[in-house]
Amino acid sequence: MNDQLRIPVLSLRDVHVSIDGNEIVKGLSLDVFPGERHALMGPNGSGKSTLASALAGHPAYTLTGQILLDDQPIHDLPPHERARAGLFLGFQYPVAVPGVQVATFLRLAVNARRGREVPIREFRKELQAAFEALDVPGGFASRYLNDGFSGGEKKRLEILQMLMLQPRFAVLDETDSGLDVDALKVVSEGIRLAAGPDAGVLLITHYQRILNHVQPTHVHVFVKGRLVKSGGPELATHVEEHGYDGLAEAA
Amino acid sequence: MALNASLEGLNRDYTERYGFSDPEEYLMKAPKGLSHELVDVISRYKGEPDWMRAFRHEALDVFLAKPMPRWGNSAMLDAIDFADIHYYVRATDGQGKTWEEVPEGIKNTFDRLGVPQAERKFLAGVTAQYESEVVYHSIRDDLTKKGVIFTDMDSGLREHPEIVKRFFSKIIPARDNKFAALNSAVWSGGSFIYVPPHTRVEIPLQAYFRINARNMGQFERTLIIVDEGSYVHYIEGCTAPTYSTDSLHSAVVELVALKDAHIRYTTIQNWSTNVYNLVTKRAHAHEGAVVEWVDGNLGSKLTMKYPAVFLMGARAHGEVLSIAFAGDGQHQDAGAKMVHLAQNTTSRILSKSISKGRGRSSYRGLVKVAPRATGCKTSVECDALLIGEEARSDTYPTMEVAEQDVRVEHEARVSKLADEQLFYLESRGLTPDQARLTIVNGFIEPFVRELPMEYAVELNRLIELEMEGSVG
Repeated sequence: MNDQLRIPVLSLRDVHVSIDGNEIVKGLSLDVFPGERHALMGPNGSGKSTLASALAGHPAYTLTGQILLDDQPIHDLPPHERARAGLFLGFQYPVAVPGVQVATFLRLAVNARRGREVPIREFRKELQAAFEALDVPGGFASRYLNDGFSGGEKKRLEILQMLMLQPRFAVLDETDSGLDVDALKVVSEGIRLAAGPDAGVLLITHYQRILNHVQPTHVHVFVKGRLVKSGGPELATHVEEHGYDGLAEAA
Repeated sequence: MALNASLEGLNRDYTERYGFSDPEEYLMKAPKGLSHELVDVISRYKGEPDWMRAFRHEALDVFLAKPMPRWGNSAMLDAIDFADIHYYVRATDGQGKTWEEVPEGIKNTFDRLGVPQAERKFLAGVTAQYESEVVYHSIRDDLTKKGVIFTDMDSGLREHPEIVKRFFSKIIPARDNKFAALNSAVWSGGSFIYVPPHTRVEIPLQAYFRINARNMGQFERTLIIVDEGSYVHYIEGCTAPTYSTDSLHSAVVELVALKDAHIRYTTIQNWSTNVYNLVTKRAHAHEGAVVEWVDGNLGSKLTMKYPAVFLMGARAHGEVLSIAFAGDGQHQDAGAKMVHLAQNTTSRILSKSISKGRGRSSYRGLVKVAPRATGCKTSVECDALLIGEEARSDTYPTMEVAEQDVRVEHEARVSKLADEQLFYLESRGLTPDQARLTIVNGFIEPFVRELPMEYAVELNRLIELEMEGSVG
């Protein structure tokens, strides 16, 4: 195997996250290699969403340890520089920004990610293709960002953004919650499209359901701020059948 | 990321772009202070008819007798020194019909403000007022041929006395309020517009108001009458040099929309922050008529302005769309009044304000429905955005509804520029500045989309300067 491929696209080294003096994530180390899709499963309150926000640089959290993206440290960078470097966070609850059209916002984001002004025609073409891939009506482009969107529409828009931004690594926080089966299929397909063979994904979820579509290469069980078990796809099936109870004791 | 980091002031390049001043080489500059003698001087100088001179004197008595309002920002109002203001200043002896006829210094000023350029691109007529008098005026020939009158108010009084006498001060009498009285006593300049029946003026008319001298008082008077089934869009802009002493701008604007007429009146107020802007604006909308005030307040020290529509005839519609931007040391006390006097009249108020740093904005509104004005509908929406911990916003809505068969909607929201919105945008690669600007642009979007494109671009540019370089 080519050595180059053995550099993790994302590497977490002894990551601790706290808010207001309370430690929520208590030492997490994880390597995700290009092409891998890792699922992080855990019960409510285990700190999964805190981890996701902290990885993206949310200012409310204090993070210690290291985050390496393509071998470069990003844990000291502000959120926009992490995004420009290729980190993407799919929000569990995407925020509405009234008055800002989806296309206007996406153009700013795409220009930021690529570090150049993408010509408007080129941008429109890409946007059109992304809409088609995700089965999103073209009218989306002129709607206000997440404003008045249904839960499913918001999640589709998150994946659409991911598709346009072509991240190196995507953290998807409960992207499956609130989706019906059809939407779940579309979103899963979008994740597959957006995370190419060289990118990595950390899929944070509560349920086994989306994993049937996305097919993770690795599954981790996260309880009370710690990884308690890691394994292959079969671990997700185990969790689905037996819950977290047996695993939680290890925490 | 901290939101309480104070943002730089609006118009960071104000001094460069608008706040410069010309040397004062004036034909006439009345000494500071207000008196009946001054009123005589102004009226005689203008060669006015007796009725107008008498009107001015009466108005001055009303002004002197009326106490300062005890509502609003009393501390700021009480700081006005009426004895320290020049009430009449004339810079040129004539009015240019081409820019070449305007004295070079003044022409250069308007050049720098972009007025002739705008005129060439998208305006059907322009007046440019400098201090107390209109120094440039033009209107397209095709409009003149259709019988459209667009001139300065003084010329209007001379050339169309019958129309002026019929409507002047009938919408806003001198005794309406202290500042309307002051304007009535010493008014000079402003626009006079008459649009004959069944005539659409498709391209906007514009007036630009410029104060240049220190301690200047500008009191223009505008009267717009749009006859049956006709339409006009009138735009006004204003700026002044930045001085350490205060100036006063106190206009009176009267609009009459006759049966089925439509008036849109757009204002982009961008006075320097030493200007008191105390303005009375009111419209009468007759049967089936539409009056829209599109009102942007960016500059000034204190603005008090509540554009009003009196819905006089059945099915008339009134609308006020406004934004106010209050930075450090500014108080934008703005709002709207809708008075439903006839059946099936409708009105809408959308007021947006942004306060940042130690800026303060107030919404003050009145919706009144008279007895027997059945079937009326009115909706009021006030949105305030606060940027920073010390920014302030107040809402004073008043509803006086004397009729049962009425639909009233009222919604008021105050929001802070939210950390979660910023984080969301930043997590997509937008810098903190870009994120803030995006949120603010989204906030004012419902207003901006009502502006002609050129003004929308200019407004967005001003807002961008506002948000630029804010401490991250």
